[in-house]
Amino acid sequence: MAAHRCCFPVWLFILCSFSLFIIAGSQETTVAPEQHASVLDNPQTAAETAEQTAGESGGVEERRWEGTEVRDAAAQKQAEPAVLQPTPQPKDDFQEELVVRPLHSGDIYASFQFRTLWETDFMRGNKVSHYRLFPKSLGQVISKFSVRELHISFTQGYWRTMQWGQPYLPSPPGAELWVWFQDSVTDVDATWKELTNVLSGIFCASLNFIDSTNTVQPSASFKPLGIGNVTDHRFLRYATLPREIVCTENLTPWKKLLPCGSKAGLAVLLKSEKLFHSSFHSQAVHIRPVCQDWQCKTTSWELRQTLNVVFDLHNSGQGKREWSLFKMFSRTLTEACPLASSSKIYIDITDNPEGEQFELSPATSLLSQAMVLGDRRTFSVYDLTQQDTFGSVRSLNLLIRWKSTEGDMLRPLLHAERYVAGYGLQTGEIHTLMYNHHPYRSFPVLLLDSVPWYLRLYIHTLTVTSKGKDNKPSYIHYQPSKDRVRPHLLEMLVQLPPNSVTEVTVQFERALLKWTEYTPDPNHGFYVGSSVISSLVPSTVAMDTNSTRERPLFSSFFPCKEESSYFVRVYTEPLLVNLPTPDFSMPYNVICLTCTVVAVGYGSLYNLLTRSFQIEEPSPGLAKRIANVIRKMRGVPPL
Amino acid sequence: FTLSIYLSIYLSIYLSIYLSVCLSDSAGQFFSSGHTNNWAVLVCTSRFWFNYRHVANTLSVYRSVKRLGIPDSHIVLMLADDMACNHRNPKPATVFSHKNMELNVYGDDVEVDYRGYEVTVENFLRVLTGRLPPSTPRSKRLLSDDRSNILIYLTGHGGNGFLKFQDSEEISNVELADAFEQMWQKRRYNELLFIIDTCQGASMYERFYSPNLMALASSQVGEDSLSHQPDLAIGVHLMDRYTFYLLEFLEDIHPASKANMNDLFKVCPKSQCVSTPGHRTDLFLRDPGSVLITDFFGSVRKVEITTEAIDLTDPIKEVEERPANGDVHKEMHSYVDQLPVSEIIHQKPKQKDWHPPDGFILGLWTLILLVFFQTYGVKHLRHIF
Repeated sequence: MAAHRCCFPVWLFILCSFSLFIIAGSQETTVAPEQHASVLDNPQTAAETAEQTAGESGGVEERRWEGTEVRDAAAQKQAEPAVLQPTPQPKDDFQEELVVRPLHSGDIYASFQFRTLWETDFMRGNKVSHYRLFPKSLGQVISKFSVRELHISFTQGYWRTMQWGQPYLPSPPGAELWVWFQDSVTDVDATWKELTNVLSGIFCASLNFIDSTNTVQPSASFKPLGIGNVTDHRFLRYATLPREIVCTENLTPWKKLLPCGSKAGLAVLLKSEKLFHSSFHSQAVHIRPVCQDWQCKTTSWELRQTLNVVFDLHNSGQGKREWSLFKMFSRTLTEACPLASSSKIYIDITDNPEGEQFELSPATSLLSQAMVLGDRRTFSVYDLTQQDTFGSVRSLNLLIRWKSTEGDMLRPLLHAERYVAGYGLQTGEIHTLMYNHHPYRSFPVLLLDSVPWYLRLYIHTLTVTSKGKDNKPSYIHYQPSKDRVRPHLLEMLVQLPPNSVTEVTVQFERALLKWTEYTPDPNHGFYVGSSVISSLVPSTVAMDTNSTRERPLFSSFFPCKEESSYFVRVYTEPLLVNLPTPDFSMPYNVICLTCTVVAVGYGSLYNLLTRSFQIEEPSPGLAKRIANVIRKMRGVPPL
Repeated sequence: FTLSIYLSIYLSIYLSIYLSVCLSDSAGQFFSSGHTNNWAVLVCTSRFWFNYRHVANTLSVYRSVKRLGIPDSHIVLMLADDMACNHRNPKPATVFSHKNMELNVYGDDVEVDYRGYEVTVENFLRVLTGRLPPSTPRSKRLLSDDRSNILIYLTGHGGNGFLKFQDSEEISNVELADAFEQMWQKRRYNELLFIIDTCQGASMYERFYSPNLMALASSQVGEDSLSHQPDLAIGVHLMDRYTFYLLEFLEDIHPASKANMNDLFKVCPKSQCVSTPGHRTDLFLRDPGSVLITDFFGSVRKVEITTEAIDLTDPIKEVEERPANGDVHKEMHSYVDQLPVSEIIHQKPKQKDWHPPDGFILGLWTLILLVFFQTYGVKHLRHIF
C-alpha cells in the first residue's frame, strides 16, 4: 500500500510541474503553496522539468530570505540612534608562556602558563555578566560560592626533587583543592561541599568524594597567595584525593577554559597522547585577586592555568639526548593566540653560557634574566607575536641538542621524604624526613600532615630529631580525628639546622573498617595524602620584591616580601597503607555453613526426639481383601 | 474540447485531494517518531586491567554516538576503571578497539561523567530515575523529558538475571525493570533502546513491562558472550564480539542514513558471535522496521522553516559599571606574608566552642547525684552544707 502511494505523488508532481510552467510565465508568485493552488486552478499545462521548478521555487525562496535581511538592516539603522553609548570594553588581558628547562638527568621539563587578568570585582555580591576572556563557568563559581581564592591541581606522577630540582609550581600526586572563602560566607562547610560537587562536574573528576573525612582546616599553612589583609583560617579548607586518576577527560575541560581553546597559540602543543606518556604531568587552575598596579588600590582577578610535564629520556626520548618541540609534543607552533597580548617561549640556558653543553636552534637574540627559585637564571626568549620567529617555513620547532653531559646540578636546599615503617597489619610508624642542604643557614619549615581517621595516630609517640638530638618545634597544632567524621591534622613549625636531616616519627594503629566502607579493590591499599612542607628558604641572590614589575609568569607566582629568602612548598610522597582486609566471601560461607550445620545437626536431633514409631501391618493379599470386603458387608469382624 | 476541459478540471480536483493527503501523510511520517532530543547512558561496570574490553566496548559506542551527533552534554558516560592512563597501558591516553592499534576509541575529546568508584548501582539507578542530590552538576544528570529518545548501553560481567558492578555488587533484572517503570511514570522518556553485552544478557530484559522499550542482548540465557581478539602488545582482549560487530555496523551509519532496527537485529549472527544475540520488541509501539538507527544513536533534529518574521525587543542597554567604591577611601592592599614565623609562634590556640556535655558525662553525673541523694537523703543536706 505504501509503495503504491509512493508512485502517486511522483506522478502528480510531474503533472503539477507541467501546469506550473504555464503559470510561471504569466504570473509571478511568491509563495510555493500558493503556486500549487494556482497551478491546480489551471489544468492546461505544458512540459517542464522538475529541476527547473525546484530552481524557480528556490530562487523565489532566496528572494524571500534576502528580503528579511534587508528588513533587518533597516531595523538596525533605525535602532542605532537609540543606543546611548558603545558598550564599555571589559579590561582583560591574556598572556601565555612556555618555559623549557633541560634537566641534568637527560629529561626535559616543560611548564605552560596561561594567565588571564580581569579588572572586575567579584566580591561583595557584584553581578558580573559580560565575560570575554575569563571563562564564564569559573566566574559563576566564584560569584555563587563567594570564593576569594581557589587552587586546584591534578597530578599524575611524583616530582623527584633530587634528580630534577625544584618545580616552578609544586603539586602533590592526585587531586588537591584548597579554597579561601570570603568573609560573607556563613556556613563554610556546606558551601565547600557544594563547591566540590560543582568542580567535579566542570573538571570531570571525582571531587565529590571530598567530604569531612578528608577535609582539614590548616591553622598556619596555606596563607592566601592573593592580596588581602584578613586571614581568619575559619574560611580556609584544604583537601587532597591521592587516588585521583588524571587522564584526557580532565585535560579536555581544562583546555576548553582557555580563550583560544586548543586551536591557536601554545595550547596546540597539548596533545594527550604525548602529555600522559611522561614521568610527571600536572595541570592546575589558580584563581586569586592581585594588585592592578604598583599602588595596589584596586584589585583585578587573575586566573592562571598551568601545566607542568617532565618527559623521560628513555620513554619519550628514545634514549637520545636531543629534544625538540616535535619530539615532545608531536606538534610545532605556527602562530600565537590572537587574543594574547604576549606569547613567549623561554629556554633555560643558565648552564650553557657559551653553548658548550647543548645547542639551541633556531638561534635567537632575545635574552632575559629572571630571579626564580632563589637563583638568577638566564633564558633565551622566542616571541611568538613576532612573525620572524617562525622563519620562512612558518613554523617553529625548537631543537635542543646536547653535546656534553658534564656538569652537576645545583642541589636543592630543601627536600623531603616520607615512608611507613613497621610490620604486620596492626601497627606501623610514619617517618617524615626533611633535608636541609644549606651549608651554614638554618631556616624554619611548617609541616602539615593530614592523616585519615583509620590510621589512629599516637601523638604521645611523636618525636622530632635533628642530627640525633631532640628538636622541639616552636609551634604545634594538633586536631585529633573522629572516627568517620574528621581526619588527623598535625601542623608543626620546626627549625631545620644547617646541613642536616630532621626526622619526624609517629606511631599509629590500623583500624578495622565496616565491611561496606571498603572500596571494590581493598587489597590495593589505602592512600594517605602527601605532607606539605612550606618554608622560607634563603636564596643565593636578592629576590625581586616589586610585585608589579613586568616579570615572566613562572617567576611571579609566589609573592615575595623580602629579598633574602623565597617561599617554597615541597610535597612528600603519598603513602599506601594496607588495612586489615576481611575475606569478603565470608558472609556467603558463613550462611552456607550455618544452614548446613543447622539442617544436619538440629534436624536430625529433632527427628530423633519427635518421631514416633507405629506398627504397620503388611497389606494382605487379594483373596483376603475380597474376603474382608464380604465380611464387612455381612457385619462380621475382618480377618 | 470542452469535454477535455471538464475532464481535466475534475482530474485536477481529484489530484489536489490526493496531493494534500499524500503531503500530510509524508509530513506525518516525517514527524512520526515523536522525539525531539536524544540522550545516551553508557555504562561500563568492570574494574581491573583484564577487563579492558568492557571499557573499549563502552567507548566505541560513545564514539559512534558522538559521531552521529549527540553532544557531550546529552551523554552520561560511566567508566568503572581507567584503562587509558592505567600504568599497565603501554600506550597511555589510548584505548584501542582493533588490534595493531588501528582505532583509538578514547580520542582526544572525551568527557567521562562518572568514573572509578562512582560507578555503583545506586548512582546508576539515581541517574536513570533522576533522584540525585541537589548539588549534582548538570553533566552528571539525565535531564530527559517525555520527548526524549534514550539509548542505554550496559556492558560487563553478568549472569542469569543480574549484572555485576565492580566485583562488589549486582543489579538484578527486576530492579532494572522497576527503574524503567519509574522513568515511564515520570515521563522521562519517549522511547528507550536498551543494549546489553554481557554473558546471558537476554535475562536482563525478560522482566521489562513498561511501554516503548526495545531491548537487544548479545547472548541468550545459558550462553556466554565471548571476546573478540587480543592484542599481543597490550596483552588483553580488546573488544567483545557483539560490540565489535556493532561498531563495524555503526561505522557505516551516517546522520542521513535510513537504516532501521531490522538491520540492527541482524548484527552479529551466530556464525560470527558464537552466542545468539536476542532482541525484544513486544513492548515497542512502532514497527521496528520503521524505526531509524539515527532515532537512537544520532541526534537528528527536525527543522521547521517558518516564514513569519519575529520582532526582537530593543537591544538591552548595558548598565555602566560604576567604578567600585568611588567614594570610599581606598586603602592600599598588600600581599599576605606566606610564612609569618613570629605570628605563628604567638598564635593563640583556637577557642573551642563550648558544647553541652555529652550523653555519657550527663549520665555519669546523674548517677553520682542519685547515689548522693540516696545515701544522705534530702533533709540531711543542710547538715552537710
